[in-house]
Amino acid sequence: MANTLTGGRPGHRWDGLGVPEITIGTLLERIKTMAKKAESTVSSRSSQSPLSQAGKVWNGAQILHQVLIEEGVEHIFGYTGGAVLPIFDVLYDSPIKFILTRHEQGGAHAADAYARATGRVGVVIATSGPGATNLTTGLATAYMDSSPVVAITGQVRTHLIGNDAFQEADVTGITRPITKHNVLVKDIKDLGHIIKECFHIARTGRPSPVLIDIPVDISSGKIEGPIDTEMQIPGYRPRFKGHLRQIQLAANLINESHKPVLYVGGGVIISQASDLIRQLAIKANIPVTTTLMGLGTFDETHPLALKMLGMHGTAYANYAVQESDLLIAVGARFDDRVTGKLDTFAPHAKVIHIDIDPASISKNVKVDVPVVGDAQQILGELVKLVEPNPRTDWLEQIEQWKKKYPLKYDTQSNTIKPQYVIETLGRLADGDAVITTGVGQHQMWAAQFFNYTTPRQFITSGGLGTMGFGLPAAIGAQIARPDKIVIDIDGDSSFSMTLVELATIAQYKLPIKIALISNTFQGMVRQWQELFYDRRYSQTKMYLPNFAKIAEGFGIKAIVVTDKNQVEDVIAQALKEDGPVLMDFHVEPEENVWPMVAPAKSLHEMELGRLA
Amino acid sequence: MSNINKENKPTKNILGVLVQNQPGVLAHVAGMFAARGFNIDSLVVGRTEDPSLSRMVIVTSGDQATLEQIRKQLGKIVTVVKVRNYSEQECVERDLLLIQVHCPPEKRSDLFELTNVFRGTVVDVGSKSLIIQLTGTEKKIEAFIEVCRPYGILQLSRTGLIAMPRAPHKTGE
Repeated sequence: MANTLTGGRPGHRWDGLGVPEITIGTLLERIKTMAKKAESTVSSRSSQSPLSQAGKVWNGAQILHQVLIEEGVEHIFGYTGGAVLPIFDVLYDSPIKFILTRHEQGGAHAADAYARATGRVGVVIATSGPGATNLTTGLATAYMDSSPVVAITGQVRTHLIGNDAFQEADVTGITRPITKHNVLVKDIKDLGHIIKECFHIARTGRPSPVLIDIPVDISSGKIEGPIDTEMQIPGYRPRFKGHLRQIQLAANLINESHKPVLYVGGGVIISQASDLIRQLAIKANIPVTTTLMGLGTFDETHPLALKMLGMHGTAYANYAVQESDLLIAVGARFDDRVTGKLDTFAPHAKVIHIDIDPASISKNVKVDVPVVGDAQQILGELVKLVEPNPRTDWLEQIEQWKKKYPLKYDTQSNTIKPQYVIETLGRLADGDAVITTGVGQHQMWAAQFFNYTTPRQFITSGGLGTMGFGLPAAIGAQIARPDKIVIDIDGDSSFSMTLVELATIAQYKLPIKIALISNTFQGMVRQWQELFYDRRYSQTKMYLPNFAKIAEGFGIKAIVVTDKNQVEDVIAQALKEDGPVLMDFHVEPEENVWPMVAPAKSLHEMELGRLA
Repeated sequence: MSNINKENKPTKNILGVLVQNQPGVLAHVAGMFAARGFNIDSLVVGRTEDPSLSRMVIVTSGDQATLEQIRKQLGKIVTVVKVRNYSEQECVERDLLLIQVHCPPEKRSDLFELTNVFRGTVVDVGSKSLIIQLTGTEKKIEAFIEVCRPYGILQLSRTGLIAMPRAPHKTGE
């Protein structure tokens, strides 16, 4: 299998044409064989790892590669450089596929999205100095959204560290606040166990990025086996099982409540507990609202779905939270964009908080019943203890709010409304596509108007709010899920930040669909300037290039859409294309996202805008 | 539901933090305090009976919710092995002071006497100054500093507090 999904490897000359076409069928086959291979590797690794053999001589890069194989790594994203030459030399004839992004930030976002799309660890490699500093935005993004990424960076030779050597940066120092753990490897003896530890830390407990900084003399240095791969992390003991007494207390509160709301975050997706949320909601008739990160955990077409809450959440979700007598938070962290003004958030509600991170409990709001542990395990117990209850009055009240305050927009307008584009995408993709986004208005409309039905379907930068996330994230998602249609719903300004990754899409022939919501503004900032700064549009009007020509320059098909009546046809056609397509929708420039809870206001004080 | 940040009055707390003896751990702990806006009144770090572990004693102040967050955020650091709140139990607390006091020969006997009262030790005698070493609780150290002040303090240096929980009393006592 010379040229596969990943096209040419680093070191191979790529002419842009030499990569054979691949169909979804062959991809699926390939995935299955890879999965089988991974399984057999996992089962055999403890007993037969070549690392445990005595006498065999390894260099650092080979140790790294062997551990990556044993960890089941199939894809790596990133970029080459001087301090990672020994590592790339091993990757030259490795079964691991390398995806060369055009910027390390893109590599980090792609690895992050790969992790979010699958639940497996995403891996990114970058060189020392600027390579590593370019990763930081990607690591911070993954950190805020609890995504398991292992970043491997090259470092200058150990004797040069601290000397301001060429391409030297204090990478562990820089990334300490944006990783769960990071290590500068100072002795080749420690390399094996450190890499093992880092994968374990990244994927367990509250998943997060982890960084391993490897000086080039360590990756090229030699050592004789057996290699120590025994983990040495006595301080790392994530709590998995929830306390039974706490679960019983939670069940009691739920059984006593009249107006409960389930408030569900990304933790539920991570712990694969969506099915249990569904069981709990249906058994006890509890309406479900999700955070931005939690979209997809609960089928938004279900009658109990309240969709997203918070600053740009639905009016009915926010009213329900404010009226509730019990808030059941699962894998969510009471972010300020969710709660609005804390003092008046859910004023009548008792709070149950289920989370694997004890530091999330009672960080922002006082919790009545905390349950620390894995959501899946805890919900499994909780569902058994919760009694069925019709809650007719409460559901009736919610139904009225839903009827009175639905999400809507001006469908009669002659211009293209961004919401219409996203709604049409959702309808034609039949709710079954992986969506990535940038950050801003288009992200909020994508959250509001595309009905999500399954977990890992919506991949967005929630916590950090990283513009430019959408395109490289689509790369990671498409590599991870070759069986799915991947759509990057992007803003013109977000897209501009990382559009160089179109080259990566072209090289690996990834059939990503890009729906550009072009409004010629940094839309969300413009909206705030309109509402809070007297329409003084300081630096938010964008000078835009001809995106279609840019895409075509990369060899990617592009369609510009200026007429509302073309939207449906263009999308339908694009979704049928085998290759990547960029759709540039020229939308209403000054459309606003509604509803909106103004900063420092309470959820029930939200402005409904043109919905009113 | 109540805003967690608006409750309780600030109190002082002593945390015993057992950490892996590795480079970067101190930076990680100190960085976490700085990044999250927590106070450090003092921080002492030193080796323990186990060469792979170090112990930090951190004196910090904040309201109850803040202290709880500090404890939990410390616990999240991978190289932190164990966090104990020494303020919740009977502890032996010690601070070490070195203080150089202006002292012409005619005042020596005064200062020697004071030092004896506080059970300190004179560790250096110069023509116009003395260096006195004193261990004890923070309160005692501070009291001694006040007593020295009228003589003229040339410089002083403190280790910051270290602490260790006392053995539990037998039941029935």
